Amino acid sequence: MVAFKLAFRNLFGAGLRTWLNVSVLSFAFVVIIFYNGYLDGWNKQAYIDTKDWEIGNGQLWHPTYDPYDHYSLQDAHAPVSGNIQKLISSDQLTPVLITQATIFPQGRMQNILLKGISPAQQIIKIPSKSLDTAGSIIPAVIGKRMAFAAKLKKGDNVLLRWRDKNGTFDAKEIQVVDVFSSNVSTIDNGNIWIPISQLQQMTGFENEATLFVVDKTYTAGNIDLWIYKDTHFLLKEIDDIIESKKAGSVLIYGLLLIIALLAIFDTQVLSIFRRQKEIGTYIALGMTRWKVIWIFTIEGSAHSILAILLGSLYGIPILGYLQIKGIPLPKTMDSYGITIGDRIFPSFSIGLILSTILLVVISATIVSYFPTRRISKLNPTDALKGKIS
Amino acid sequence: MENRSLISISNLSKRFKVGNGEFLALKNINLSIAEGEFTGLVGPSGSGKTTLLNIIGSLDIPSDGTAEVLGKSISTLSHKQAAMLRNLNIGFIFQTYNLLPVYTVFENVEFALLLQKKTFAERKIAVMEALDWVGLTDKVKSKPSQLSGGECQRVAIARAMVKRPQIVLADEPSANLDAKNSHHIVQTMKRLNKELKTTFIFATHDEKVMQYLDRIISLKDGEIEKDEFVNHAKNE
Ligand SMILES: Nc1ncnc2c1ncn2[C@@H]1O[C@H](COP(=O)(O)OP(=O)(O)OP(=O)(O)O)[C@@H](O)[C@H]1O
Ligand SMILES: [Mg+2]
Repeated sequence: MVAFKLAFRNLFGAGLRTWLNVSVLSFAFVVIIFYNGYLDGWNKQAYIDTKDWEIGNGQLWHPTYDPYDHYSLQDAHAPVSGNIQKLISSDQLTPVLITQATIFPQGRMQNILLKGISPAQQIIKIPSKSLDTAGSIIPAVIGKRMAFAAKLKKGDNVLLRWRDKNGTFDAKEIQVVDVFSSNVSTIDNGNIWIPISQLQQMTGFENEATLFVVDKTYTAGNIDLWIYKDTHFLLKEIDDIIESKKAGSVLIYGLLLIIALLAIFDTQVLSIFRRQKEIGTYIALGMTRWKVIWIFTIEGSAHSILAILLGSLYGIPILGYLQIKGIPLPKTMDSYGITIGDRIFPSFSIGLILSTILLVVISATIVSYFPTRRISKLNPTDALKGKIS
Repeated sequence: MENRSLISISNLSKRFKVGNGEFLALKNINLSIAEGEFTGLVGPSGSGKTTLLNIIGSLDIPSDGTAEVLGKSISTLSHKQAAMLRNLNIGFIFQTYNLLPVYTVFENVEFALLLQKKTFAERKIAVMEALDWVGLTDKVKSKPSQLSGGECQRVAIARAMVKRPQIVLADEPSANLDAKNSHHIVQTMKRLNKELKTTFIFATHDEKVMQYLDRIISLKDGEIEKDEFVNHAKNE
């Protein structure tokens, strides 16, 4: 108690120097929370969007299916068994058939992934309902990125060429019946969605699928030859991206934190050097050296308490505003192929805030303690003389 | 004079390392100080007054011989035991006052008691009483920077006295004060010596202080040159 009172008195007494240290540390404190909250918010949003638009509550993969190897698609399909048919009927999962194809927009050639989906499915947000048309032309829905890249818009026709199961080329016009807007680029860039029954007919893979997207109600795991991939597995890519972004941001705020800690360290070294007489007086009044070390450590460490208070003072309104309004992102971010919205709503969790407080307090305490250790070797009679040793 | 010996020093020497050699600051000191004495160590600069006072105050240890203070041998005390002895039984007064600048007068005096884990009520009574002894009850809220030198030294006396120690060690308490203030603070200490039976030991070469002393121990080059009790009826 004596130590805390003395610490704050001394800090306030030191005036400008204290506030300089405290300001820098508070800035590091707020920036750490901001960056991590921003990335956590992004992560959360990407999870939700990817689940909503692409992976549902997991997928059942054909054993040879490899999303990174388009040549695997030739073999990565199998008939829908009776078991699975039942699950489709009860809306627990929906089949997707994937094949490679080419489109020729305005005479250019572009390789795409042709994905067959059931117009009736409601497990993912792809507007497959729009595919439920009666016309003779094959309906297709595409995302806004695809539409931009191929210069296609709603109502446009485009020539599609594909191979059937025997390897024979065939070509037909398809019509864009809907353009959707999604944050998930992997179901958008280079993807064209058509009714699965039509794709099965076109390729001759009657009643076959490459994978199934499952609903929350699905609990069976692996079924027949199909391998269950849970959301944890399917979201790993996002985790990796966020992880690497977090590592990158450590550099930025780590530097800030180090500057702040160096300033405190320097202040500590200086005050022990300057305040030898005071140290001698404490000892003469009956304090042990360890008690004096404790007092000086608390004093340095108290910078962190003031920094957290000051940081809260401006951090709460700023970060609170950003949490409600979101952080707008530059358009260019989209082309990285990362799942990201126009705005990121940062997520400042209690865990994040508490761990940042802990980080700041503990690191400030450590740098405050180190310079004080020389007090234990200080001779009180020399200290009282204010002798510089 | 009381005959109970508070401090007894025998064959004490103190050597300091100076460069490669040694400097003998105190040579074969034999001394006994009884309860209630108002004693001064006097002598020219460098004669060893502060060194002896520091050993009595357990801030330093003898190189040879023994110093027993309140029955405890200074050389054998651990850091913690020495701190305890100072905290409970010894008050210090310094030439430069050594008040904590960030604390008020009240808090400076209270500080000694905080280390003793006294309750606030106990502390408050004791602090106000100590400030009353030195006539500073109207300055409780002032900071040391707002006080005169004499007032600062009176706060330091209150700080030393507030825990009612058996021994107060005062190293050149008047060196930074003018004549009027010097007389004032020594008179204050003399009064406390009479009323509370506190033993005072000074290190001084100030004539104004010496005239109040009951016993004058003269040091020269680290040796006791003269040790005499003074009988004076003046200055009361
Ligand atoms: N830590 C030390 N290292 C080396 N020499 C020391 C040390 N402390 C004191 N001395 C020496 O011991 C001698 C006695 O010093 P001391 O401080 O006791 O003198 P003093 O009588 O108090 O003098 P003053 O009246 O100037 O305060 C001096 O010559 C001093 O240089
Ligand atoms: Mg001296």
